[in-house]
Amino acid sequence: MKIIVCAKQVPDTTEIRINPETGTLIRDGVPSILNPDDSNALEEALRIKDEYPDTHVTVISMGPPQAKEMLMECMAKGADECILISDRAVGGSDTWATSNAIAAAVRKVGAFDLIFAGRQAIDGDTAQVGPQIAEKLGLPQVTYVKEMELVDCEKAVMVKRALEDGYQEIKVELPCMLTAIKDLNKPRYMSVKGIFKACQPDAPIRTWSAADIEVDLGTVGLKASPTNVYKSFTPKPKDPGVFVEGETPSEQVENLLSELKKKHIV
Amino acid sequence: MNFTPTKEQDMVRQMVREFAETEVKPIAAEIDEKAEYPYDTVAKAAKLGLLGMPFPEEYGGGATDYISYIIAVEELSRVCGSHGVIVQTHCALCCWPIMTYGTQEQKDKYLPDLVSGKKLGAFGLTEPNAGTDAAGIQTRAVDKGDHWLLNGSKIFISGGGIADVYVIMAMTDKSKGTRGISSFIVEKGMPGFTVPKHENKMGIRGSLAGELVFEDVKLPKENLLGDLGKGFKVAMTSLDVGRLGIGAQALGIAQGAFDETVTYMKSRKQFGKSLDKFQALAFEMAEMRNRIDMSRLMLYKACDLRTKGLPSTVAAAQAKLACSETAMYVTTKAVQFHGGYGYIKDYPIERMMRDAKITEIYEGTSEVMKMVISGDIFK
Repeated sequence: MKIIVCAKQVPDTTEIRINPETGTLIRDGVPSILNPDDSNALEEALRIKDEYPDTHVTVISMGPPQAKEMLMECMAKGADECILISDRAVGGSDTWATSNAIAAAVRKVGAFDLIFAGRQAIDGDTAQVGPQIAEKLGLPQVTYVKEMELVDCEKAVMVKRALEDGYQEIKVELPCMLTAIKDLNKPRYMSVKGIFKACQPDAPIRTWSAADIEVDLGTVGLKASPTNVYKSFTPKPKDPGVFVEGETPSEQVENLLSELKKKHIV
Repeated sequence: MNFTPTKEQDMVRQMVREFAETEVKPIAAEIDEKAEYPYDTVAKAAKLGLLGMPFPEEYGGGATDYISYIIAVEELSRVCGSHGVIVQTHCALCCWPIMTYGTQEQKDKYLPDLVSGKKLGAFGLTEPNAGTDAAGIQTRAVDKGDHWLLNGSKIFISGGGIADVYVIMAMTDKSKGTRGISSFIVEKGMPGFTVPKHENKMGIRGSLAGELVFEDVKLPKENLLGDLGKGFKVAMTSLDVGRLGIGAQALGIAQGAFDETVTYMKSRKQFGKSLDKFQALAFEMAEMRNRIDMSRLMLYKACDLRTKGLPSTVAAAQAKLACSETAMYVTTKAVQFHGGYGYIKDYPIERMMRDAKITEIYEGTSEVMKMVISGDIFK
């Protein structure tokens, strides 16, 4: 079985600070990590590999050259091969342009059975790239996957898709795209042997340019991106509010009423 | 000279820190309180390859450098000193002597299971009447022609009763003093080998220390480890490796206590400001960081010598002395800075101070380290 995992390197924070003057992210002093949902995506691929040892797991990412560090981590956890699309021509891509580049890289990789992506990245929070890749490759997709199991002699998957008030159970034929949420599994740690393998100079971590993935340059990069960021800002924290206190519930109601009356609300 | 960690060393630190914070930290207080051996987390650590890092790939080891291995012990100890010493004793005092002095048959028989963590290893030198003075050991192995007959006892043995494979020092010729000591491989379950009790210790309580008793234990002839009469050398060279691990354990404990104190000082307010705003306290933290960093440099230097196969006995003794004294210095201050909270078990600080103390005692006391160092000065 051949599995592709889409992964992104993101700043390690859920509270991204924004420079108020430029409206851009402050990345100084913030370590970069494998995006948490992508780590669940990788884990599911590796779990399949544990069960079917002839499975080959390829991780694809797009980003600046330093994103290779994140791919080394993926390899240290057990991925067989990693590909980083890194080229000035794809810099500044929004989700539409990014999915064009990654879809092109997937085509270049060739035949596969499954693609996993994380639900969304903690920096942009769009949750768009995975589904867009699926659309561009003409694949069925299931998002918000919290459980999955290979069925029909590994020709299909039974998937539980998380909803706000429950889950949907869906059967999908392979090949397909699944986007992972953190409930799907508990990501493994790197292993000592994995680390030393990933650090070998001949470790299979490749960097591909825009030319390598044979992508139409009119569909990638900043200029080709239909989304423009108008403004980024940190919302002002809400007023903490007032706690209406009282010894008993009826006293609390009384105090609340008197506050409301003072403000002529009632 | 190169002070930059390799990519491997950085990744090992990242991996072990994540593992230690997620899996070990939540149970550290409990295994200390109950004096319980952490079987589950040791098994998880084994799965990641942490029980066989500096050993050859042919036996399933990680073939890593010594600094990477020591970083792993340091990071485990940063949250739990017991886990640090469990890994270090197994690696340095059981796997290492078997790898270094074992016959091909002994290596093939024991190393794959030890290095993968399927079996755990321990080491027995100390006896009621012989600690630092190894020549006084009374455990005897007598050549009975087709086997060795082992009698005697060992105390304070880390992993005693838990471990499956033991490297045991015994007298084979009392008249020759330390040259009459030989080392043997003893296995758990051999008739006559019992572990009647575990010590009730002050610190590292999750790493059980047991008394080993040998009553007419029949050891196969092939269980002699190394040459006859060379057991003292086996023990001393193993302890050279062990001292790197104990240095790492001490350093990790110091770093853990330091990090906890930094967090505490930022949040604890007295006289209208947080503790980090008091210069007298902040300056003490500067002193602590210096001692930690100096100790770390000495330890990594000793590990580098070991990786390169250069003489490292004195450097290891210097590193162990520096790291263990730093651990005691930093943890004592850390308790002080936490005030009353440092003295109660709701915070990890008092445990760290109790764990730190043993690093000045086992695998060669601070005094023995000074004997080694001063012996080198005036040789």
